[in-house]
Amino acid sequence: MQPFRYIRAQNAEHAATLLQQQNGRARILAGGTDLIVALRERRIEADLVIDIKGIPEVDDVTFDAHDGLRIGAAAPCYRIYRHADVVRHYPGIIDAASLIGGVQIQGRASLGGNLCNASPAADSIPALIVHSAICDIALPQTRRRVPVEEFCVAPGKTVLGRGEFLASLHLPPPPPGFGAAYLRFIPRNEMDIAVVGVGASVQLDADRRHIVAARIALGAVAPTPLFVPEAGAALLGAVADEAAFVRAAEIAQAAARPITDMRGTAEFRRHLVGVLTRRALAQAVERARK
Amino acid sequence: MKSKVIVATTINDDDVEFLCEPRQSLLEVLRDVLGLTGAKEGCNNGNCGACNVLLDGVLVNSCLVLGVEVEGRTIETVEGLAAGGQLHPLQQKFLEHAALQCGICTPGFLLAAKSLLTHNPDPTEGEVRHWLAGNLCRCTGYDKIVRAVLDAADAG
Repeated sequence: MQPFRYIRAQNAEHAATLLQQQNGRARILAGGTDLIVALRERRIEADLVIDIKGIPEVDDVTFDAHDGLRIGAAAPCYRIYRHADVVRHYPGIIDAASLIGGVQIQGRASLGGNLCNASPAADSIPALIVHSAICDIALPQTRRRVPVEEFCVAPGKTVLGRGEFLASLHLPPPPPGFGAAYLRFIPRNEMDIAVVGVGASVQLDADRRHIVAARIALGAVAPTPLFVPEAGAALLGAVADEAAFVRAAEIAQAAARPITDMRGTAEFRRHLVGVLTRRALAQAVERARK
Repeated sequence: MKSKVIVATTINDDDVEFLCEPRQSLLEVLRDVLGLTGAKEGCNNGNCGACNVLLDGVLVNSCLVLGVEVEGRTIETVEGLAAGGQLHPLQQKFLEHAALQCGICTPGFLLAAKSLLTHNPDPTEGEVRHWLAGNLCRCTGYDKIVRAVLDAADAG
């Protein structure tokens, strides 16, 4: 591996200032499961590696009934899926965090890192979108907030500019009657990259029969993870049944722009969008009724 | 630029200080600086699990951790499993079930299995297979390993 300096940042301002001073030659280290491999294979060059895990807001997972959930950008998957409040209120996040890599990857890999890699197939991003996550981006003097569905702009590219890094993800508290799910198709049982991933969330009315809000997001069928607001909008006021799920799934299929590659053909991917959207909605509704 | 850093850590209950470059992985430090060659280099990119260690009790790939990151942390390697001349129960069951041939993957499997039984002392076969999915074996095959882990759980 190429030589670099290593600094453990004391706070978000420190990390952002270092990033800015290095003029593009510094990289942020969270779990390292992608960065260290990329540095070793020289796909990334860096003079400075800035470890952000010592910054409490960047490393912690905290829940408050009024403010919702804050997931530090460097918090590893295992701390997210073992957090009792996340288990109770954010089922789509649990689905995603517990199927990224194997156990030893989940011991280090973070949702923030998954998001910043901006892979079209990233498992956590559709789940974050359907849970309405907001990205809290740190700059040397200030902060800015970006809805997670706007964070990725192209494969491997995000809205982050020079001197900016993702500090945390903020998920609003789930309203009553809320449920969510993330499903993916892979040809193995685990340890694979999604051929297609689908996140769905619903909010049901007081009698838990009609849908009053819904969000659907797709992975691996476009250059970025894809939020499909029109699929959710088609469910407003509908009885939460299979007929409604089929209508939303057809809209999701129409929105998908899949390509053919080594993991699957465009045609197969479009088919999967339909199947997984129906199943993810059914599971989200089932969870909302519990 | 290339200057080395002093890192103080605890490895298998011993206080250890070492010098390393920031670019050296924990795996390189364990093997090349400290002579702890139990953790193996397989893929060096996080797919095979041969370099697994416990970092503050959490299973990680040591090839994906920088040596400089372990300041003040606690590490357990396969060398720490046996105690007082006695094999760890998992090691004993791996022997009894012939759950190894070449042995390269074994240290990683042992630590992954230890981490599983800490969280789930009575796993199903499916849970064992799922937990061990990040560890690759290219000769014994997985059945004997899974049986050894299930037997260790029963004995535990």
